[in-house]
Amino acid sequence: MNAPSVESIVIRPIRGWIGLGASEIWTHRDLAYFLVWRDLKVRYKQTAFGAAWAVLQPVLLMLVFSAFLGRIDGIGASGVPYPLFALAGLVPWTLFSQSLNGASSSLVNSQNLISKVYFPRLLLPLSAVASYVIDFLIAAVVLVIAMLFFGRVPPVTFLWVPFLGLFAVVVALAVGLWLAAINVRYRDVKYAIPFLIQLWFFASPVAYSSGLVPPGLRAIFSLNPMTGVIDGFRWAALGGPRPDTTIFLSVAATLAILVGGLAYFLRAERTFADTI
Amino acid sequence: MTDIAISAEGLGKRYRLGQAQDPYGRLSEVLAGTLRTPFRRRSERAHGADFWALRDVAFEIPAGAAVGIIGRNGAGKSTLLKILSRITWPTTGSATLHGRIASLLEVGTGFHPELSGTENVYLSGAVLGMRRAEIRRNFDEIVEFSGIDPKFLDTPVKRYSSGMQVRLGFAVAAHLESEILLIDEVLAVGDLEFQKRCLGKMDEVTSSGRTILFVSHQLPMIASLCSSCLLMEGGRLVAEGPTSEVIHRYQSGVGANAASVDFPNEASRPGDGIASLLAAWVENAAGERQFEYSLMEPVRLCVKYRVHERLEVTPQPVLHVTDSAGNYVFVTNPHDWGDDRANGPGDYLASVEIPGHFLNDGMYSVGVALNHFKSAIQTAFFERGTLSFNIVDRIDENEVRAVSRWGGRIPGVVRPLFSWQVEEEAR
Repeated sequence: MNAPSVESIVIRPIRGWIGLGASEIWTHRDLAYFLVWRDLKVRYKQTAFGAAWAVLQPVLLMLVFSAFLGRIDGIGASGVPYPLFALAGLVPWTLFSQSLNGASSSLVNSQNLISKVYFPRLLLPLSAVASYVIDFLIAAVVLVIAMLFFGRVPPVTFLWVPFLGLFAVVVALAVGLWLAAINVRYRDVKYAIPFLIQLWFFASPVAYSSGLVPPGLRAIFSLNPMTGVIDGFRWAALGGPRPDTTIFLSVAATLAILVGGLAYFLRAERTFADTI
Repeated sequence: MTDIAISAEGLGKRYRLGQAQDPYGRLSEVLAGTLRTPFRRRSERAHGADFWALRDVAFEIPAGAAVGIIGRNGAGKSTLLKILSRITWPTTGSATLHGRIASLLEVGTGFHPELSGTENVYLSGAVLGMRRAEIRRNFDEIVEFSGIDPKFLDTPVKRYSSGMQVRLGFAVAAHLESEILLIDEVLAVGDLEFQKRCLGKMDEVTSSGRTILFVSHQLPMIASLCSSCLLMEGGRLVAEGPTSEVIHRYQSGVGANAASVDFPNEASRPGDGIASLLAAWVENAAGERQFEYSLMEPVRLCVKYRVHERLEVTPQPVLHVTDSAGNYVFVTNPHDWGDDRANGPGDYLASVEIPGHFLNDGMYSVGVALNHFKSAIQTAFFERGTLSFNIVDRIDENEVRAVSRWGGRIPGVVRPLFSWQVEEEAR
């Protein structure tokens, strides 16, 4: 019979829910690395500015916001220059919106891979998101430079920045997994994503302070996990009000969406190649 | 006992036709469907007939074998390979694979046009399941195999010619270090010289003890590469066995044992108004119709036909014998018949004996025809590949073998016994 050292694979119809396949993902770690590497390489290939785009996007938006919104009284936080306030919102927001967009279209963009090779499909949204984390790290450095420009030294709380970035990624992934899997079957998602991101942008305190939200809407507003991320980010980088306990509510909501998205994704995974 | 590399049992794959025709479903349609018939399961609604791309397929492939899969388009070959590659899931049955699997369903899988040759070697290697260290170790060999000038390696592959892309893509795949390799119709591309190099590489792969499952329409390629074959038809596995036999069966396009055919139904009988084919078969010296014959025994080919009217010249039966690669072995017709023999209306049986020790071992196919001469020579019927029979070399019974002391296969279409002389020459 077969030597026990040889791995065996049994293929059979799968009904119901299947496991996460964490070990499968681990054995494909080299592929994950190359997928992230490909996304990064390709994104800025044949562009004049290259990786500078990771910096330009939040910085240009910051300039536009400052020019038009910065003049409105009370839109920012007291004691913080508005450009800095806007940038501290834009850096996590850019990470989130790009990750969400990348994860949602990751499967459809890799149609040829899905129909021609086997690997855990979860690698596609994961690697799409991971490549934007690199952009985020560059943008975070720009934020520090901007802070120094305005005469502020990053406080100790700045150490929270990586965790808040991670939270933004998890939110993007939680929603992105749903959308990626639905996108395989219904291309409506492609048109819905830009709209969804725009809507979400206005519902999140990127350009304005969450203090502006009327108390009656506060509870609903804090259900949006990005409220917690952005408020937390501003607190970590610029000081000011510490996020209250409602952030745990949005963490719980996010985790629920993530678990649901993961389950839906893994269930839909087996038909991706047939329907894509 | 040989190890089994792949075994499949009752494998089936069902597609819903509605789904296949409209893969980009729209959400609104599903929602509307739900509103119209809210209590029915979604799977039952709005879907057309089921279509089984694969049905009840079972086989075992020993480790180290090179096995070809042949069949017409839509026979389920690619679906089978996709299931074994774990790209899609079976609806029924199961398959067990022992060892690391690599599948090559496309040349240059994972290539990105914007990336350079070097970058794509790494990317494609990783996509096909190679570890980074493995790619690094084989990198020089891959480039050499592809025959691409190293000075182009930093150029984006979008500027490569399609031939260069294919060569680089296959070079990566050729260096996969897996125990099982699944290949779908990928060698059809590339120039002849490169194809030959790929075949050489594949031969090397099988001789190193790895298992190959190979789908192709190019039968000569299958014949030269694979020792055995699976024949698929309409999603089912209809034959498996030595390559030449399976190829032969595929080419003759017949169902089960075709050592005998009958045309009992007058409407479907091949022929014209003057003569028609009733039956044809292959029999041994004892008159038993069978499929398999020993190399040493004679094989008798028989044709039964009906002549409908009196003819001036005797109609001539003609038999066309071809080997499993489609090469003609011979065409035979009676040469010693007078013109006045058997030319009245009636049923006739014509037969010819192929002597023993004439055909080599292998599968042969027989085309059956009848010519008659009324005002000009005309063909009443010509049924190509109607009959087939298999000649086997039972080595232990073959006295000629005992003399030559050779136990391997003897090449050739024919294996005649000629008389030899050996005389000592004066020096």
